[in-house]
Amino acid sequence: MIPKHLHYAETHEWADIEEDAVTVGITHFAQEQLGDLTFIDLPAVGKDVRQGEEVGSVESVKAASEIYSPVTGTVLEVNTALEESPQLANEDPYVKGWFFKVKLSEEPTGLLDSEAYAALVVSQAH
Amino acid sequence: MKTIFEKSVPGRAACLPDRPEQYAGAYIPASLMRESFAGLPEVSELDVVRHFTELSRKNFGVDGNFYPLGSCTMKYNPKFTEAVAAMPGFTRLHPVLPQLKGAGRLCQGALEVMYEMERHLCEITGMSAFTLHPMAGAHGELTGAMIIAAYHKDKGHKKTKILCPDSAHGTNPASASIAGFEVVNVPSKDGIVDPAELAKVLDDEVAALMMTMPNTLGLFESHLPEIVAMLREKDALLYYDGANLNAILGKMRVGDAGFDVMHINLHKTFATPHGGGGPGAGPVGVCEKLAPYLPVSRVAKMEDGQFFLDYDYPKSIGYVSPFYGNFGVTLKAYAYILRLGREGLIRVSENAVLAANYIRKRLEDRLHIPFNRTCMHEFVASASELAKKGVHALDLAKALLDKGHHSPTVYFPLIVKEAVMIEPTETESLETIDQFIDDLLAILDQAEADPASLHDAPLTTPVSRLDETKAARDMVLTQDMLEDSRGL
Amino acid sequence: MPFVPHIDSQVRRMLDVIGAASVDELFADIHPELRPKSFDLPSGKSEMAVMAQMEALSRKNDTHLVSFLGAGFYDHHIPSAIDALCSRGEFYTAYTPYQPEASQGTLQAIFEFQTAIARLLGLPCVNAGVYDGGSALFEAAMMAVRHTKRRKMVICGAVNPIYRVMFSSYTSNLNLDLVTVPARDGATDFKALTAALDENTAAVLVQNPNFFGFIEDYTALFATAKAKGAVSIVSVYPVLQALLKTPGEMGADICVAEGQSLGLPLSFGGPYLGLMACTKGMIRQLPGRIVGRTVDRLGRPGFVLTLQAREQHIRRQKATSNICSNQALCALRALMYLCLVGERGLKRTAGLCLEQAHKAAARLTAIPGVKLMQDKPFGNEFALTLPQSAYGVIDRLTARGYVPGFPLGRYYPGLESGLLVACTEKTTDENIGIMAEMLKGSLA
Repeated sequence: MIPKHLHYAETHEWADIEEDAVTVGITHFAQEQLGDLTFIDLPAVGKDVRQGEEVGSVESVKAASEIYSPVTGTVLEVNTALEESPQLANEDPYVKGWFFKVKLSEEPTGLLDSEAYAALVVSQAH
Repeated sequence: MKTIFEKSVPGRAACLPDRPEQYAGAYIPASLMRESFAGLPEVSELDVVRHFTELSRKNFGVDGNFYPLGSCTMKYNPKFTEAVAAMPGFTRLHPVLPQLKGAGRLCQGALEVMYEMERHLCEITGMSAFTLHPMAGAHGELTGAMIIAAYHKDKGHKKTKILCPDSAHGTNPASASIAGFEVVNVPSKDGIVDPAELAKVLDDEVAALMMTMPNTLGLFESHLPEIVAMLREKDALLYYDGANLNAILGKMRVGDAGFDVMHINLHKTFATPHGGGGPGAGPVGVCEKLAPYLPVSRVAKMEDGQFFLDYDYPKSIGYVSPFYGNFGVTLKAYAYILRLGREGLIRVSENAVLAANYIRKRLEDRLHIPFNRTCMHEFVASASELAKKGVHALDLAKALLDKGHHSPTVYFPLIVKEAVMIEPTETESLETIDQFIDDLLAILDQAEADPASLHDAPLTTPVSRLDETKAARDMVLTQDMLEDSRGL
Repeated sequence: MPFVPHIDSQVRRMLDVIGAASVDELFADIHPELRPKSFDLPSGKSEMAVMAQMEALSRKNDTHLVSFLGAGFYDHHIPSAIDALCSRGEFYTAYTPYQPEASQGTLQAIFEFQTAIARLLGLPCVNAGVYDGGSALFEAAMMAVRHTKRRKMVICGAVNPIYRVMFSSYTSNLNLDLVTVPARDGATDFKALTAALDENTAAVLVQNPNFFGFIEDYTALFATAKAKGAVSIVSVYPVLQALLKTPGEMGADICVAEGQSLGLPLSFGGPYLGLMACTKGMIRQLPGRIVGRTVDRLGRPGFVLTLQAREQHIRRQKATSNICSNQALCALRALMYLCLVGERGLKRTAGLCLEQAHKAAARLTAIPGVKLMQDKPFGNEFALTLPQSAYGVIDRLTARGYVPGFPLGRYYPGLESGLLVACTEKTTDENIGIMAEMLKGSLA
C-alpha cells in the first residue's frame, strides 16, 4: 500500500508532485495507526505553507495527530468531502481521501521515495 | 430508556413556586425578552424520581461494585462526611459574607475549618503553607504552575520550560502548557525517571520538573535525592503531583523530601466521593519561599483567636477560584482526617500498598507485569502477550464488567503497551479482592481457550460495546440534534 | 481502624503470599533519610465525636441573617427531591464514565443536561460543565484565542469583577492583550466597547444582566464583533434566561454561566458549576467532557464520551484545556432542578425574582437620597447609590441581622456609596419592608 509514484514525508504524509500542483494526503500506514478517523482539520485555501510546518490535524476516537505540509507553497484547494466523510481517508487514502493541493513556491527537499518510506514503515511497525 | 424530554407532557409540573407569576413584561421591555419557548421538561415529581432512579441503576459505583480504577483511588466514601457537608450552618453560608467589613465574625466556623484544614495538610505533607482554592487536581497543577511562573519572574529568572516524565498524567503537560510554559518530555528508564536522561534536557530555562510519587506505574522514584540536587543546581523547582499521595501517608513527607510545590486530590487520598466525574478539590501546598505567591485570599488567625481573610499579599498570583475553592469538598475531607487521625492515615497507605502487592503477586504468573517488583498502592500489568491471540486490555476490562467489577484503568500510562492499571485501595476486604482475582483468572482462562468469545463482552450491562466512531462522526449531543438527525 | 476491613490473620496471609515479613518491608524503597520528620496529627475520633465537633463549628456561622447578598451567587429554593436522588451511591460514588457500558446513568444524564442548557441558552453545543462561572469565562476566552489565532481581549468592566480578577490571574503569563472597557456608573459602555474592537481582537466579553443588575441587548455589539472576525462571549444568569433574550438570539458565539442557582447550595463558595455553550462552528474548541448518542453492537441506543481527542489524556500539552474533572454531580443537580421546576416553574421563579427586586427597588428608592444607579431595566438585582458610604450602612444593618447587599466599592473605586441588592423568590415582602425601614433609619 505504498504507491511507487508518490513522495513521502517522515511524518507519514504523501505528496503527488505534478507540474501545476502538488496533492497531499496521509499514507495508508498513518490512517491504519490512527484508526477510524472522525475529524480532519485542513488549512484554509490561500494559506502559505512551508515544508515541515504544522498545517492541520486528524482525529480518531483514540488518537489525534498533527498534519505537516510535505511541501512549500500556497494552498490551492482542500478536499471538502472530508468534512462530512473523514472515513474517505481511511478507505481510500491515496485517491478520494486526499487532503489539499499546493502550488509550489520552492522545490521540496528530503522527501522519501516509496522504497525508503517502506523501510521507515517497517522500522516503525512493531 | 426514554430521555426526560421524551417523557414531557405539556402542562404537567412538579415544583412550582406557590405565588402566581407576575407578567414579566411589566418590568422588562419585550425587546429584551426571549422569543422562543425554552423547552424544559414538563413532568411530575414522581416522573423525575422514577427517571433518575432508573438512570442510577445503569451505573457502577463504589457503593455497589469493586472499582479498581488505577490512578483514581476509588475507595469507600464514608457516609458521615455527606452529613457534615449538608449541615445548614455550612450550606447556607453566602461566600461574600466574610468580605464585608467585620462580617468575618459571622462565619468563624467556616474560616476555622479552612485554617485547620490547611494546618493539617501542612503537617501531613511537610509543606509550609497551603491554599484550598484550586477546585480539582488539574486546577491545582495549573495553580502550581502559575506560582512557579510568578516566583521565577519575581526573581528575574528567565524560565520557559517545564519538564514532565513520559509516565506523567496527561493533565501535567496540559496544565504547564495552559500556564504558558513549553513542555519537555523526560524519558523513563526501568519505569522511573533516569537522572542521565534528565541531565540531557535540564538547562537554564527549565522552571520546574513535575513528578508523580509514586509514579503512574505505582513505582517509587528511587533517584529522588539525586534529582532534587540536580534541579537545585539550575534554580529549577520540583513539583509533586499528589494523585498518589495515598501511597505514602505517614511514610514520607513531600516537603521533607525536597519538593517545592504540590497539589493534593482530596477526592482521592481523603475519600471524598468522585460524583461521576466531580466535584473534586486540589489544594496546593508550597515551601516557605513560594508562600508569598499563593492565591488570595488566605485565611489567618489573629492573636485573640479570631479568623479572618487576608488579601494583603502583593506578590500573590491573584484569584484562581471565585472564593475559597470547593468548600463543601474541603468539609468532607477535613471530617475524614479528624475521624482517621494520625494512626488511621498511616493505615491508609500501609493497607493500600499491602492490597496492591497481594494482587500483583497472585497475578504475576498469569499476566505480564513489565516492572515487576514491590509496588506501592497500584501496579501496571500488560495484556501485550494476550494481544497476540487477539485479546486486548479493552477485552479484559469489558469481561470484568460482566463479573460485576468495574474495570481497571486501561491504556494508561502510555509507556506500557496494553496497560492494565490496578488500584485496590485500603478499604476493600480480602474476600472482595480474592473474588476479583479469581474472576480475572477465569477470564484469562477463557482468553486462552476461546479468545474470540471475549470480544462480545460485556453482555450483562444495560448496553453492550458502543460505537464511539459513530458518536464522534454524527455528533448527536442533544435531544434537538437527535430530532434533527431523525428528520433527515 | 475505620474503613480498613482486614483482620490480623488476613494481613498475615497477604504478607505470606507477597513473601514479605512485615508491611514495613513493602516501603523499603523509601530511604530512611526520606522518612517523615514529623507526623503530628491528633488521634482518630469516633463518628459521633467528629459529628459533634463539626456541628459545633457549623454553629459558629450565622446563617439566620436576612440577606440581600447576591453578586452572581443566589439563595434559591432547592427542591428536596434533588438531595434525595443525588445521594444515591450509584451517582455519587461513580467516577468519570470511562466504561460507558457501566455508566449509562451518568452519560444519559449529561446528554439531558446538555439538552436542557442548550435550550435555555439558545446555543446548540454544551459541555458537561467546568469548575465555575469564572473558569468557564477563561476557557471561553481561550477558545476564542485558538479559533481566531489572535491575542487581544476586550472585556467589559461590568462583567463580574470576581471573574475579571480570576481572568487576569489566569492570563498573566500568556501574553494576551487585555483591554478592559470601564462601566459608567453601572452601565455597559457600548460606544467604547465597539470602538475597542479591531482586526486583532480575539473576543469581546460581556455579561447579561451585567454585574450591576442591568439588562442589555448585545445584538448590535455582537454583529460588530463578527464583522471584525472576533468571537462574542457573554456570561449570563441562568434563572433569568427563562425570560430573557437568549445569547443565541443575540448572536453570541459562546455563552458561559455560573450554574449555582440551579439547585446548588451556596456552601461558602463551592462546589459550583461552570456552564458553557457554543455554536456548532466552535465545538472543536470546546473543552471538557461532551457526551454523544450512538448505538451498541446490537443497534440499541446508548451514550458515550465523545470528541475526546481534544482532551488532555490524549493530547497532553496540545489539549484544548487541562481540565479533567467536570463537576458531574453538580451538573446532575442542575439537570434535576430544571426537570423539577420545569418550563413553567423556571419562568415563574424568574418572574418572582423580578417582582421582589422591583418591589424592593421601589421601597428603597422612596428613601430620600437613595437612587437607582441607572434608569435601565434590571433583573433580580440592582445597584443603588446611597447618600453615604455603603460600608457603614451594611455594617450597621448586619449587626441587626439584615445584610442589605454588597458594597460596590469593594471592586469599583469611586463607587463607595454603591449598594448592590439582590432578591430571589425566597425574599419576602415583610423582609423587604423591614430592611427598607432599617436603611431609612440608618441614613437619617
